[in-house]
Amino acid sequence: MNQEKTAAAAKPAATPLDAKQAHVKATWKHGSPLIACRYDPKGRFLFTSGEDYSLQRWDLATGKPTVWAAHESWIRDIAFMADGETAISVGCDDKMIFWATAAEKPTPLKTIEAHKGWIRAVEVSPDGKMIATGGNDNLVKLWNADGSLQKELTGHDSNVYSIFFHPGGEFLLSGDLAGKVHQWELSTGKLVRTFDAKDLHTYNGGQKVHYGGVRSIALSPDGKHLACCGLHKATNPLGAVNEPLVMLFEWESGKKVRSQVAAGVKGILWQVNWLADGTLAAASGGSGGGFLIFWKTGADKEFHKLKLPNTARDADLHPNGLELATVHHDRQVRITRLTAKPTPDKPKPKK
Amino acid sequence: MKCDYACLSGEHEIGRRQFLGGLAGGVGAVAGGLGMMASPAAAKQLSKDQKRVVVIYMSGGLSQLESWDPKPKTKTGGPFRAIPTSVPGVHISELLPLTAQHMDKLSIVRGINTKNGDHGKGSYQMQYGRDKRPGIQLPNLGAVCAKALESPTNPLPGHIRIPGGGRGNDAAYLGPRYASIGINGKPPANSARVTSLTEGADQARNAFRRKANSRFDRQRRTAQTDAYTYSYEQAQELMKQRDVFDVSKEPAADHERYGKHDFGKHCLMARRLLENGITFVQLSHSNYDTHNENFNFHLEQLGEFDRSYAALVSDLHDRGMLDSTLIIVMSEFGRTPNINKYYGRDHWGTAWSVCLAGGKLQRGAVVGKTNAGGTAVIEDEVDHGHLFHTYLSAVGLDSSDTFDIGGRPIPLADPRRAPISKILS
Repeated sequence: MNQEKTAAAAKPAATPLDAKQAHVKATWKHGSPLIACRYDPKGRFLFTSGEDYSLQRWDLATGKPTVWAAHESWIRDIAFMADGETAISVGCDDKMIFWATAAEKPTPLKTIEAHKGWIRAVEVSPDGKMIATGGNDNLVKLWNADGSLQKELTGHDSNVYSIFFHPGGEFLLSGDLAGKVHQWELSTGKLVRTFDAKDLHTYNGGQKVHYGGVRSIALSPDGKHLACCGLHKATNPLGAVNEPLVMLFEWESGKKVRSQVAAGVKGILWQVNWLADGTLAAASGGSGGGFLIFWKTGADKEFHKLKLPNTARDADLHPNGLELATVHHDRQVRITRLTAKPTPDKPKPKK
Repeated sequence: MKCDYACLSGEHEIGRRQFLGGLAGGVGAVAGGLGMMASPAAAKQLSKDQKRVVVIYMSGGLSQLESWDPKPKTKTGGPFRAIPTSVPGVHISELLPLTAQHMDKLSIVRGINTKNGDHGKGSYQMQYGRDKRPGIQLPNLGAVCAKALESPTNPLPGHIRIPGGGRGNDAAYLGPRYASIGINGKPPANSARVTSLTEGADQARNAFRRKANSRFDRQRRTAQTDAYTYSYEQAQELMKQRDVFDVSKEPAADHERYGKHDFGKHCLMARRLLENGITFVQLSHSNYDTHNENFNFHLEQLGEFDRSYAALVSDLHDRGMLDSTLIIVMSEFGRTPNINKYYGRDHWGTAWSVCLAGGKLQRGAVVGKTNAGGTAVIEDEVDHGHLFHTYLSAVGLDSSDTFDIGGRPIPLADPRRAPISKILS
């Protein structure tokens, strides 16, 4: 959903953006714990997915949900074509499904067996001509807008967790469990370089498990910094003992600029977004509960964090750049406004 | 451990009728070396009849929902689908595609309720067949099998643990002879004669030891001296056959088929040990205690398990060993149907499964049933006591029998339980 991130970054906000004033403005409830969420680019709907295998479309004006069902397993990610009229969902059933975003009674427009194993990430290129998916077969696949396969990119040696189209239209980035972020040239499918984000990966010899991974990738509005998020300090992966981490790279040189941490927070960062003012915003969940955490590019430590009532599992930035949606284990969708609360009307003096 | 040997009989130590064959050579034979215990013809027959057991212990608690009892498309099912197996109508998790091809050789018990969610207690229940009680020491399944199924023609230790090191404290009143020996896919440490000692000097040294032992035994023989003597003779034989423990001697193609990771090597090692007449081998695969990211970790762990386990089952079947070998895949408990906020599953002993194969078990059988969400057993509920009886029955033992320990009959298995008759052929 990077087209939304960059769009949001480009739009001047009518109301002043102020992460320190962030507050939950709306809460909606689904019937099962939630997994993923994305706004449609036109800002009409929020799409979410749940452990009941369904996709939910929430009308942002009314908060009314419509439940869509077609996947045979959990939906891990959602994306939209550039015009916002086609939604794409991918899941643990190896399938990529195309939907008409605004349909009253939606049925799948097209279903593609896209990977062998879970599909963990889907993104649409900024020009809307290409779709990229990544999954447990360690492959990145490029698809034409009609769903025909264009290229397979091989080079990951662990599960692909995240995908990001560079807004310039030349490159695609993909992050994996082992903490490798590959930069691919879209025209040739060649691997250009690899960002070393191995701090986001842990192998625990006692438990014999690999853990972590690049959960999300985003480029700063000025194009100078690449943020990759996930977790570190995983002293007990099986027990959810770990801390959130953003690794910030300089895009030009590929060098790591800094590691951004959150004081006192235990958990994992599921999704990272850049706000229009250059603030980095990420949603965390885990043993420390749910948070929205905010950093400035020049600092290792967060300048603000908002405690959420339940562990967060995904987040997305509204196209207006002023609201973040998060989805939670407690079945709730929470919409957080990144501005000051509206001043309540003064009560009229009694006559 | 100290026995009254006034009658000069070994029977006090060795238990009852079904174990007599295991000591046909008797303790008296030990002084002359274990190789003298039986004739070649008898050895051949006993080898053919010998029963063996391999346990694969899924440390931490394997999720039954991601393995033997999937519940796709339910509130508790999680993201994995169920796949058909080689037995029509029987489905297991899609995480076990290679295992599914061998379902016609396997048996699943889906109705286990051990009423426990504690690692230590669960581990004890499943390996000892009873609840742990203060002050009571029992032999575990490996020690019981090592003694009950002991082959007099095979001098190698009967109870092996992989991975591990040293001698286990798991044989209780059966004595250290049946306690586990931990190995790591290589010949045991210090099992080669030191280069500074010539073969002749070594032989002379051992001859002198035997002579001294023999003289001592004539007047002061006890169970301790027997165990002492036996351990020396066992060590001698183990040194002669140390290659049995060297998994690198197996063909490269088999290493490839089993997987080059530790668990693959350990499964191949188990095959090698079983083929060389070792009675009981326990492997472990770690770790399934997935309170966090249960699905990612089961994906990772079972991907490794599936390949190696399927290769082991297939090989034992192809080599005609499955009728005489019981394969048990167990954990200390299962995992909760409820998916927690970390995408994890927690400890759950209320409704879970184990997978068995071989011996006298029905092939392709599924016994026991849980409800739609996997939250309760609704048919053929059993516990660790029933399972322990079933393991022994599956290798031809009468699980209601007793060990004779110092004149006291001690039940092999919990007398309040019985084998699961529906799963036995």
